[in-house]
Amino acid sequence: MRSRRFAASRAIRYIARREIWIERVLFLAAGLSAAVVVAIFSMLTWFCLPLFTEHRLGAVLEWRWDPIHQHFGILPMLFTSCLLTIIALIVAFPLTIGICSLLHGVLRNGVLHRMLLFLLHFMTGIPTVIYGFVSVFVLVPLLRWVFEAGTGFSLLAAGLTLSVLILPTMVLVLHAELDQAEARYRLTAEALGFSPEQTIRTVLLPACRRALVVTVLLGMGRAVGDTLVSLMVAGNAAQVPHSIFDSVRTLTAHIALVLATDSHSMAYQSVFAAGLFLFLLMSCFQAFLRFWAKHGTVFK
Amino acid sequence: MKPRTMDLFWRTASWLSGLTVSASVMFLIGFLLWQGIHALSPALFFGDTAWQDALFGRKPVFEGIWPAVVGTLSLVVLASLIAVPIGVAAGIYLSEYATIRQCRWIGSLVDLLSATPSIVMGLFGFTLILLLRRTMLPNAQTGLMLAAACIALIVLPYLIATTRASLQGIPEESRLLGASLGLTKWQHIRHTLIPLSAKGILGGVVLAIGRAAEDTAVILMTGVMARAGMPRNLWDKFEALPFQVYYLAAEHRNAAELAQGFGTALVLLIVTAALFGFSYWIERQAARRWDSG
Repeated sequence: MRSRRFAASRAIRYIARREIWIERVLFLAAGLSAAVVVAIFSMLTWFCLPLFTEHRLGAVLEWRWDPIHQHFGILPMLFTSCLLTIIALIVAFPLTIGICSLLHGVLRNGVLHRMLLFLLHFMTGIPTVIYGFVSVFVLVPLLRWVFEAGTGFSLLAAGLTLSVLILPTMVLVLHAELDQAEARYRLTAEALGFSPEQTIRTVLLPACRRALVVTVLLGMGRAVGDTLVSLMVAGNAAQVPHSIFDSVRTLTAHIALVLATDSHSMAYQSVFAAGLFLFLLMSCFQAFLRFWAKHGTVFK
Repeated sequence: MKPRTMDLFWRTASWLSGLTVSASVMFLIGFLLWQGIHALSPALFFGDTAWQDALFGRKPVFEGIWPAVVGTLSLVVLASLIAVPIGVAAGIYLSEYATIRQCRWIGSLVDLLSATPSIVMGLFGFTLILLLRRTMLPNAQTGLMLAAACIALIVLPYLIATTRASLQGIPEESRLLGASLGLTKWQHIRHTLIPLSAKGILGGVVLAIGRAAEDTAVILMTGVMARAGMPRNLWDKFEALPFQVYYLAAEHRNAAELAQGFGTALVLLIVTAALFGFSYWIERQAARRWDSG
């Protein structure tokens, strides 16, 4: 009798201890995933430190990249990254609005609606390198042939390819948001006698204006962070572009190119500076997104 | 402008944008199929080597993309081995155990991880190697294991997010089951919550595998090499399918290599499309489960 009670209490103690250990292990996994970000940030900062301590920051923040003549400026790449993102957004944003109004207007139900949605989902699954590959063999010769300016590897080619790359993310986010707005306002709008297009234009899109900002930010994030398209299509000349047919190099492509070829210590440091800058830029986007999502509950 | 005219303009513009995008994606797929379909043959994979010899590693493959297939496969397997346990465990913790405060902190850091560009992740791997060289191992090299670890970091946020979402999608009634049977917290998770959300988690795993197979920027920095051959051990240089596509697009020397490039791109597209379709299907199944009640 006594021994049985003893065994039962031991089993309970064993189970309780196991619970605690399992929670600890799970916490460890979650903590590890969070700690990685801190590790990335501190590693990049650590390798950038010489720039700050040895007063060579000015050498990196310069408008000329010419390693042979000791010029290690990354500002042209920075400028190009911003410009390329803006071009991609100028193309992708109207298309996003157009496709969303198609999905909520004319093609509200039916086979075409499902097909279009499936196509957009499928586009998110196509590897980036495939977009770049097809662009190299279709878009670049096309641009060369139509505009007869340069080699075709240009800001414009990269911008167009990037816009296709960021489009599905933007459409799917906005579409989900419009779905919610539609559930709230559809009946009211129909009762007022609005046509489907009027509903989208005057009711749904204004109701989702915060989601529009989120959409643009997500698109920007993807466009800035993408490496392969700009590496393959943009031409990779480290210069400030004067027209959209110029060959350019983005920050991401710069990192990949320098680490693949150069072995100059100063060139390495400029790469770490570029990496740190990209990381901080993404952190800013993310912080802004969180802030925006938190204060974006006005309509609920 | 009159509302009627505006409507017409709006409708035309939206049709145009829909058609442009659908047409360009259709064209992309069609172009790859048209150019790549006749390159698809055993010779694309194995070159001149007989497939039995190549498959069992008795003879090296020089011409074909078989080493790249093996490289990608081992990358995906290694990255999943690292990322899946950690990601699923972290998702379970965030969904079931974490306090609101922990959720906010860990959640925002994981969001930041998912926003980090893959090239920065590759740069992080590269700095790790530099650090190792300076401290413990003077001849540390980038290689398969490092690339797999960096890719694991890339897919980790997806795994955490899908695990969390599918656990939180379980209806409140099902959560009463554990309490009514007197299960402890872990028994409840292990025997009711995980089986109920298994499909969602599996969908996340397949999605993560797809991401791991396609990512190029990371492996570019962490040890991929053209013509590296089969990886001999976990620390060796390797080839990979997406890198092969990138490399052949830039550096093809003749028509045969170009055809190989198209064939490789088509193979990569088929693989990722299949993985994507599978995860989409699982997702739909999982979503339907709670709808039908």
